[in-house]
Amino acid sequence: MEKSLVINPDKCTGCLQCEMACSYENEGVFNPAKSRIKVFTFHQEGRFVPYTCTQCSEAWCQQACPVDAISLNLVTGAKEVNESSCVGCKVCTISCPFGTINYNQSSGKVIKCDLCGGDPKCASACPTQAITYVDADQTGLDKMRQWATQTDNATSNTASNA
Amino acid sequence: MSWTGKLLRINLTRGEIISEAVNEEWKNDYLGSRGLATKYLFEEIDPACEPLSAENKMIMATGPLTGTMAATGGRYVVVTKGPLTNCVACSNSGGFIGAEMKSAGWDMIIFEGKSPKPVYLYIENDKAELLPADDIWGTSVWSTDEWLHNKHQDPLLRIAAVGRPAENACLYSGIVNDLHRAAGRSGVGAVMASKNLKAVAIRGTKGVGNLNDPAGFMKAVNDGKAVLAENPVTGQGLPAYGTQVLMNVINEIGALPTNNMKDVQFDGAHAISGEAMSEPRKSDGRPNLTTNAACFGCTIACGRISTIDQGHFSVKNKSKYWGNSGGLEYEAAWALGADNGVDDLDALTYVNFICNEEGFDPITFGATVAAAMEMFEDGNITLEQTGGIPFNFGSAEALTQAAELVASGEGFGQDLALGSKRLCEKYGRPELSMSVKGLEFPAYDPRGIQGIGLNYATSNRGACHVRGYTVASEVLGIPEKTDPLSAEGKPGLVKAFQDITASVDSSGLCLFTTFAWTLDNIAPQIQGACGSEWTVDYLLKVGERIWNMEREFNLKAGITSADDTLPPRLREEAAKTGPAKGLVSQVDAMMPEYYQLRGWSEEGIPTDETKQRLGLKG
Repeated sequence: MEKSLVINPDKCTGCLQCEMACSYENEGVFNPAKSRIKVFTFHQEGRFVPYTCTQCSEAWCQQACPVDAISLNLVTGAKEVNESSCVGCKVCTISCPFGTINYNQSSGKVIKCDLCGGDPKCASACPTQAITYVDADQTGLDKMRQWATQTDNATSNTASNA
Repeated sequence: MSWTGKLLRINLTRGEIISEAVNEEWKNDYLGSRGLATKYLFEEIDPACEPLSAENKMIMATGPLTGTMAATGGRYVVVTKGPLTNCVACSNSGGFIGAEMKSAGWDMIIFEGKSPKPVYLYIENDKAELLPADDIWGTSVWSTDEWLHNKHQDPLLRIAAVGRPAENACLYSGIVNDLHRAAGRSGVGAVMASKNLKAVAIRGTKGVGNLNDPAGFMKAVNDGKAVLAENPVTGQGLPAYGTQVLMNVINEIGALPTNNMKDVQFDGAHAISGEAMSEPRKSDGRPNLTTNAACFGCTIACGRISTIDQGHFSVKNKSKYWGNSGGLEYEAAWALGADNGVDDLDALTYVNFICNEEGFDPITFGATVAAAMEMFEDGNITLEQTGGIPFNFGSAEALTQAAELVASGEGFGQDLALGSKRLCEKYGRPELSMSVKGLEFPAYDPRGIQGIGLNYATSNRGACHVRGYTVASEVLGIPEKTDPLSAEGKPGLVKAFQDITASVDSSGLCLFTTFAWTLDNIAPQIQGACGSEWTVDYLLKVGERIWNMEREFNLKAGITSADDTLPPRLREEAAKTGPAKGLVSQVDAMMPEYYQLRGWSEEGIPTDETKQRLGLKG
């Protein structure tokens, strides 16, 4: 079963555990500057929003890459960067509409989320379940459940009023 | 291991910046952060020096766990000689700049001397430079933050800065980082401004690693996170209500100091509580609290993000205060609220915003206003002296105007900037300053919680709760329940809390983890990061060593056992209501046993034997 990362900003507290888990998995150090997932703080609104690659089915980055360094992992559905092929041309960073593939100065290659091979460390590090990893066909399930509860209430209220 | 092993030494007088290796021996004796920075300070300055002179130094320091994935591992400290207390000042802050400093490759930054002109320190990994701050001198922390982000075109720059009160030598000005986290107490901001240093801006992209035992570390970190999540205080109470979860609890047990500590219970407690912050406002149906927020790496997230009712008198036509910012924590809500008899949540939130915007300590400020209100009502301070403001208990208008005056340094604000000790001396009522060694009390009345009174009296930075938070045991039953009204056994409890806290503070973790964690949870994390020698027993010894070193500093600075006490009000005027009715603080009775347990002489001086046992020089 293919799974997807689901992000619920309402639950995010901006702690950056996800950024540390990501950088530790990929770089061996705790380094938010090298994280593939980023938490954005909207100070005036009091909101924290984690953001990362959503693994497009027809990925712009993959199609733009002139050296075929980005390939599909058939098990996880992730688009993965092959470091030995990547020439650091950055065309993918231009083509990605969401900005979630980025150049890494230290390696001269690009980096992006690869779902940690099917065990994304950001999701397991998140203390509030703002980041979860669920069935790719059911990413809306939690939201549907939330609304379903209210729909149910409305029905029972109407019934009791009648 | 986990330390970077490097420090930056900034000589502001000469404009020189050098990189130095951190002293290995001291690192192993004092761990990091509070302990290590205090060791450097003690070795490098004369404890009797004038705090606001070029002779004093100011140290920003991280701990070995700062910048790691250990839950709450984002703390840093500012250590210096404090102008409010003339004692060692050690002010701890969260937010993100501590981790950024570490990620840039630095365990500590030592500032010495005084710059001839206003400057700020800009750090980008190995690159560090002093740049002109003329354009931001005379502006607030928030303006400085905005200016620096614009100038460097870097949204990820982390900034700590002082505001106008620090420049005006307000004795309780702090250093604010990440807009609303602060090294808030003891006047460390005034020291920074006295050196003509306006801000420190850091961008670190190296990351923190170099773990002693990576697998062991990650296991200890994950175990620790699970304990925090399952604990009712760190897993539920603090995320939901922040430290404000305490307002109603402390009021009920009769230990909520009210009206300059004349009373121990406040009728308006609920109106300014964490619960009230979550209730919809009448005017616009929104609650004061928008969301909770975490500091770097923190899985508790006790921080408050709040708004003020746009129709409230304090922010009418002031749109810059209409958005979200750092909301009330318990100490601020108490000091600004109960201690002044003010139950207006919006007014308190507004003053809290001002404290963050301009960088001054809401605890000392609130307690200073409370002392002013009592002297005003007693006729010692007149309308003419306050500039026409009626300083009555319960007046939200007086409170908000007082904050604006301290921010600008105008009129009566100059008197209020002195702190309560000097203000009360100036107006002839020294007994009305609710302080120890010049630092004002936080939000727990020593008549209703006996142990915390002894901690206040002996705390090395003056009346401070986070030097030995016996409230955890006496009120919350952590790690075990003791009777708050009894003095029995409290000297031992106070000593244990003080020593453990010194160790936790020196690791880079937040003290709030200890609602759920003991050293049994913390030691494996430090061991994973730093080495197997950091056992529970060794951490306790290091904590005790740090405590005694701070004491030695203070003794050399001129403190004596006569300073280890509480104001007469708390020792002589009994609590009027609640469970503690009829009780006074038994601090003086507890002191001999405390000195004895510490291995100090009857004069409160560590004996040679004690110093030898702890490896402190004679």
